[in-house]
Amino acid sequence: MPDQEYMMPGNRTCPGCALSLAYRHILKALEGQVIETVPASCLTVLHGMYPVTSVAIPCVNTPFASTAASATGLVAGLKALGKEGITVLAIAGDGGTHDIGIQALSAAAERQTDFLYICYDNEGYMNTGNQRSGSTPLGAISGTTPILGKQQNQKDITAIMEAHGIPYVATANASYPLDLYEKVRKAKTIRGTRFMHVFTPCSPGWLFPFTDTIRIGKLAVETGWVILYEVEDGILRFTSASETIARKGNLKPLREYLTEQGRFKNITEEQINELQGWINTRWKRYLDRAVNL
Amino acid sequence: MIFVSRKKTGKASTRILDGNHAAAQGAKLSRVQVIAAYPITPQSPVTETLSEFVERGELGAQYIAVESEHSALAVCTSASMVGARTFTATSAHGLAYMHEMLHWAAGARLPVVLACVNRAIGAPWSVLNDQQDSISQRDTGWIQIYARNNQEIVDSVIQAYKVAESVYVPVMVCYDGFVLSHTEMPVRLPSQEEVDRFLPPYKPHTILDPSNPKNYNLVTLANPRVNAEGVLCHGYMELRYLLQEALQNSRERIAVVGREFGELFGRSYANMFWEDRLDDADIVIVAMGSLAMEAIVAADMLREAGHKVGVLGLRVFRPFPKSDVVRALGKARLVVVFDKNISYGIEGATCSEIKSALYGSSARAVIRNFIVGLGGRDVKARELVDAVNKSLVSLKEGVLNKEYPEWICAI
Repeated sequence: MPDQEYMMPGNRTCPGCALSLAYRHILKALEGQVIETVPASCLTVLHGMYPVTSVAIPCVNTPFASTAASATGLVAGLKALGKEGITVLAIAGDGGTHDIGIQALSAAAERQTDFLYICYDNEGYMNTGNQRSGSTPLGAISGTTPILGKQQNQKDITAIMEAHGIPYVATANASYPLDLYEKVRKAKTIRGTRFMHVFTPCSPGWLFPFTDTIRIGKLAVETGWVILYEVEDGILRFTSASETIARKGNLKPLREYLTEQGRFKNITEEQINELQGWINTRWKRYLDRAVNL
Repeated sequence: MIFVSRKKTGKASTRILDGNHAAAQGAKLSRVQVIAAYPITPQSPVTETLSEFVERGELGAQYIAVESEHSALAVCTSASMVGARTFTATSAHGLAYMHEMLHWAAGARLPVVLACVNRAIGAPWSVLNDQQDSISQRDTGWIQIYARNNQEIVDSVIQAYKVAESVYVPVMVCYDGFVLSHTEMPVRLPSQEEVDRFLPPYKPHTILDPSNPKNYNLVTLANPRVNAEGVLCHGYMELRYLLQEALQNSRERIAVVGREFGELFGRSYANMFWEDRLDDADIVIVAMGSLAMEAIVAADMLREAGHKVGVLGLRVFRPFPKSDVVRALGKARLVVVFDKNISYGIEGATCSEIKSALYGSSARAVIRNFIVGLGGRDVKARELVDAVNKSLVSLKEGVLNKEYPEWICAI
């Protein structure tokens, strides 16, 4: 991994921010040969307030719904000017991906736009103070599901993107930086639309101590809430800890993950069972597809 | 009918073109590098024609068939950020859907050019012409130019790039849906060599470059703030001031570019509006877009009846040419403003601007406002004449201003 840093210390993220950890490794993997577009999100906050920025890569901020369209414009502009060898990176949160940005993202993927889209998923609108998004889990308390918790489970954005027939999709997790780093390195070399989903636990939003970010991220993998995998030209492989767990066959009960987080304090037994059932089914489905187990 | 030139360059020629093909030819002659558009009636032939140019290899541009107008303009803003000359076109609901990006393009000071084929906005649905769509976007920070005929469409698109790329303000070239977009008329097309002499390649002022990384459109705070070197930099409000200043100063630039265009092509656009017999007129009809041509026919009829009538055909709506309007209307006794738009609860937008311009000047004209032609309602010269005659009666009453406009409709 290069020593060069593209994300400077002293940025405005919250203590224990998984995004800042993931972002550091994403930028290292791209080695500065990148032009980035970012919508309104926690990453905007990380980037800093004018006229000071904490990142040393060229970046354009763009309105919420337009991330993938903005990336399309960057790609088209670079092509029109004959500039090569630069990765166009669009990076947005789950609100900006699962919800308001999905139309532009779906269209950019359908057009086979040559760019890397990374969704960092903290399962809610954390930048605006933790409102529910299309990625907030069943039973989680948020700013707009304040008493009962969310009554629906999250959508599987990676599966949605895979259904576009793009050459590369992958999941990653801020707690496994080497796996993340390797996947971005690989995505960089592939042409066409590449999609990565990066799981980024959020201490103030999910209500766990900011010293526990890495542990929560690992628990998510150990319980199967997150599966680390990649799909290249339709071939699915488990990676990193998910691969190890799959070989051993010992997923921890989801309850161990849920009870660590204040946002699930009002979750019902019925909801826990529903989530556990969802995880069991999904785990088996992916296991069946994986070619490396 | 689609006329496609097989020649890469060649001489200037006169062609029979509808307004949409005129706009597409203007973009092509301007050597646009990135085009992003989404189809909507009556704009669709613009996007079809441009994609045809690209697929035939006559135009070396990236054509992006986006999934929405919001994305169309997002593609243009980001491509412009990288350093490409960009073009898009839309109408009505498409322009409304772009609204957020219109602000963004102007706020980021990107020289995007947009052809707006003026169409009514729902509800209820109407695919026909009025100018409510572009007028509704007047406060987004774009220069707005309105064409009276198809010659002005192609000429305005070419000039738009030269203006936009020197003042760093995006330009909207507006023309009436169907009345111009789908009506064929002779158009003098400049040759590529001539346009190349007039319009140099785009020199972007904001380039995203990994070797010189910069972060654009970051969050700003309420007050100016020092950068890492301790230099005090603008806050949001200073950046907004600079946009207003750019719009104010663009008036002069639009005139210079219009004059240069005239010197090269024999059609001068040095003025912010078209004047027809204003010199001796004490009655002035004001209209914008194709209606300004109809107004000339009405003025002919009124002249025959013995009235000294002239026409002020507004060309540049933003920046609004206040001092020019004062000069042009200073002698008028009666100004009759026809608006193909309505700012609900007040009056037509051009009428408000005219009144605002004249406030505090020596002009003492009676001003009457008529709302006409909404949702494609035909506006006949005879109706304009009737409206002027009706206003002549009120001239005798000496009431300068009326609270609300009159409508030429069945109610």
